[in-house]
Amino acid sequence: MRCRMGERRTIRTDYLARVEGEGAMTVRLQDGRVEHVELRIFEPPRFFEALLRGRAFTEAPDITARICGICPVAYQTSAVNALEDLCGVEVPEPIRQLRRLLYCGEWIESHALHVYMLHAPDFLGYQGAVELARDAPQAVERGLALKKTGNQVMAVVGGREIHPINVRVGGFYRAPSRGELRALVEPLERAREAAVETVRWTAGFEFPERSVECTLVALSDPGGYAIERGRIRSDSGLDIAPADYDEFFVEEHVERSTALHSHLRDGGTYLCGPLARFSLNHDQLSDTALDAAREAGLEVPCRDPFRSIVVRSVELVYACDEALRLIAAYEEPDVPAVTVEPVAGTGFGVSEAPRGLLYHRYRVDGEGTILDAKIVPPTSQNQRAIEDDLRDVVARHVELDDDALRGLCEQTIRNYDPCISCATHFLDLEVERR
Amino acid sequence: MTLRQVVVAIGNGYRRDDGAGLAVAARLRGRVPSGVELVECEQEPSRLIDACDGAAAALVVDAVASGAPAGTLHRFDASADPVPARLFRSSTHAFGVGEAIELARALGRLPARVIVYGIEGAAFDAGEGLTEPVATAVERAADAVLADICNPEGDAAHA
Repeated sequence: MRCRMGERRTIRTDYLARVEGEGAMTVRLQDGRVEHVELRIFEPPRFFEALLRGRAFTEAPDITARICGICPVAYQTSAVNALEDLCGVEVPEPIRQLRRLLYCGEWIESHALHVYMLHAPDFLGYQGAVELARDAPQAVERGLALKKTGNQVMAVVGGREIHPINVRVGGFYRAPSRGELRALVEPLERAREAAVETVRWTAGFEFPERSVECTLVALSDPGGYAIERGRIRSDSGLDIAPADYDEFFVEEHVERSTALHSHLRDGGTYLCGPLARFSLNHDQLSDTALDAAREAGLEVPCRDPFRSIVVRSVELVYACDEALRLIAAYEEPDVPAVTVEPVAGTGFGVSEAPRGLLYHRYRVDGEGTILDAKIVPPTSQNQRAIEDDLRDVVARHVELDDDALRGLCEQTIRNYDPCISCATHFLDLEVERR
Repeated sequence: MTLRQVVVAIGNGYRRDDGAGLAVAARLRGRVPSGVELVECEQEPSRLIDACDGAAAALVVDAVASGAPAGTLHRFDASADPVPARLFRSSTHAFGVGEAIELARALGRLPARVIVYGIEGAAFDAGEGLTEPVATAVERAADAVLADICNPEGDAAHA
């Protein structure tokens, strides 16, 4: 349907009807031109920042793990990184590797969920995973099996599948035995095969040619494909320590929106997450993951948000591979955790959540009481890049009718795997037209 | 032979009334007969599918927002039919309880008996603690779940 002169269209998608003002997309067209694009897909974790004030620094991993049901390990890891940074503690290598293994479990679980249950149906013309499962049950079962393997890793290392309780400042409450980890080898080997199959499957989807031009930001670590630690780098030459985050990245309120938008200090838009990680660090992927990426025809850098599904699939292969490598090399640490005495000051921590860079900052007094906390999740950081992409997508497709345009907008948003599940566990959808 | 039953409580304890399902689980702990598994699901609900694997009956508890008065306890038999969309509103954007049940059904992994309880919430903003009507409904919901556990063949709807 073409817009007539003077016609005004509003397309709105409410993701989270139970939460007022949150999780909604509004696109307003005036005379066929994009007048306004607004996205409220994530509420910054202000409640948790307030909850942390006055609590013991040792409580931060447990409290922040509750922010997200999909990526609790990311929150725990950024928290312990920040607090250990503050207290001048570097955990022994076996403990760091165990954290990396736990994080691999979370990547597998989260990526499998997004690739199979949320994103693939877009490419295959299904309304959702339920409809996909009726026609392609084997594919959906493969996704569920992958997800289950990620959960198993989290249960063994983290103590619980969801909101792992085994993580503490300084290490773990209990280190798993070699035998416990060995039990994960067979499921992980099967998962790796399923992940390679996933790359082949998603690479066969049809992709509209698309490229986003913003700066790509990811952690980088000379020791490996950055997950649980690293310096913050970009494809335009940024290379900073986590402590310098606030100097180079800015959060600000946007007019007519309740959301906070992050941008580079110089005003530029940036994107974090799988596309940025792959583009910056692809040469550190395992051979199996690199082979899968090559076979899939992924280009470097990869700036196509639609192809993020292939990149997530490649990262699935890597996470399985890396988990197997870590298990093979695992030696039980002498102690599961090192002692961390509180130090007055400010600590900074980052890690690569499945959706991208997750930044934590804590100010703590000499008794170990948290005075204030700042948490910037990847979805908040990507919000501006998603809006820019949406604005462009809408401008290119104004001729579509409302339903088709809304569908395209939704897929555009899903390309970024926004962490809407962090807010509540179910979502709502509504279209308004006037 | 006793049929294996599983209670799946879904929720987010830091979203006020969204934690109703978890509160029901807390009430049921120690009260469910042996052999009945109690699973808390604080994550997105696709985990429900694995939790139900091999069970003859699944009793699913969650908070809902359908516009009914806060504290209303809904009960549905989803063994053969989907739960009403107006209660467990679904979308393609994330996995809701409705999708998880329908996905399990599509894959032939749904237990023969599935009962879904929805506790009508009033507040879903960030924060801890249930509103008073929901806290009261949690008690009734726990009793209703126990009654269904003890009557595994029963299918009479009551709310």
